Amino acid sequence: MRPLTRTFYLTPCLTLCLVLFLALPVSSFAKVELLTFDSPQHEQRYKKLIAELRCLVCQNQNLADSDAELAQDLRNITYNMISEGSDDDEIIDFMVARYGDFVLYRPPFKTSTLLLWIGPFIILLIGVLSAALVIRRRKRQGADTVDDAQLKQAQTLLRD
Amino acid sequence: MRYLIPLAVFVVIAGFLAAGLKLNPREVPSPFVDKPAPVFTLPRLSNAQESIGTDDMQGKVWLLNVWASWCAACYTEHPLLNDLAAEGITIIGLNHKDKDTDAKRWLSDLGNPYEIIAVDMDGSVSIEWGVYGVPETFVIDKTGIVRYKHIGPVTEQDMVEKIRPLLKALEQEPDKQVSYLLPHQRTAA
Repeated sequence: MRPLTRTFYLTPCLTLCLVLFLALPVSSFAKVELLTFDSPQHEQRYKKLIAELRCLVCQNQNLADSDAELAQDLRNITYNMISEGSDDDEIIDFMVARYGDFVLYRPPFKTSTLLLWIGPFIILLIGVLSAALVIRRRKRQGADTVDDAQLKQAQTLLRD
Repeated sequence: MRYLIPLAVFVVIAGFLAAGLKLNPREVPSPFVDKPAPVFTLPRLSNAQESIGTDDMQGKVWLLNVWASWCAACYTEHPLLNDLAAEGITIIGLNHKDKDTDAKRWLSDLGNPYEIIAVDMDGSVSIEWGVYGVPETFVIDKTGIVRYKHIGPVTEQDMVEKIRPLLKALEQEPDKQVSYLLPHQRTAA
């Protein structure tokens, strides 16, 4: 009696697992977009642009990685603009005109982003200067701290 | 004196962190605020033969509310839009990537705050307006300039603190030359 009950429960469960397993590759295939490019240069530019433009919906992904609907639309726009002969600057201007500098993963160098660009160098400079200061002070102190008595003591210790 | 250095460093860092806490990273500053609204013409939800666009709105203070029946956040802000419409505010709906039947059922169930609804089936007008999530709400003045953009559902607080005072102020403004943004004028700021 017991084995029968077991198979009775197991069969639908296994079937469900099998169905889910078979459904898995279908859903991952669905994400692939098939695009044909006029030239390898176009493909290169397309890949570079969608890697540099940020998806506005999932903000820590670029257009290339994002599966959001808006990212798909913006990828299509990028593809169409490239096919129609727009250059990279025109495509980037199109995005910036609509979504602001935020779409760019590489922010432009201007007054509002000045601190962002030069901030790390200022911090590095402070770090280097304070390290130099500390080292110099240590050196000077190091020369003063060992007096004759200590030197003699050290020599006797070394002799033993 | 030298013991004050760590304290000073702490105060500076705490200051930056405190400012950072108040910022909302979801809120992307719109390049449209105080700039001409992007021009559009779309079919109406009520009758696809008729159109609605920026040209029909000249000389009016109006709201453009981007919504969809599949959008849960739109559901929460809907009663507030109904209230606003009842006060006589012109709200134009931009129905984003929706099915006509779903959109119409939504309106018959929840009430219709929109004077006219434009159907943006493929979402292209939303992209022209820099929309990246539904709902979004724009306030446009009499001269066709976008004066405010709200991302996400409007709350009662937003209504009281920002939108109502702004609408009141804009109504007082003179009706000057209308200046919508035409496609060929578009350049990055």
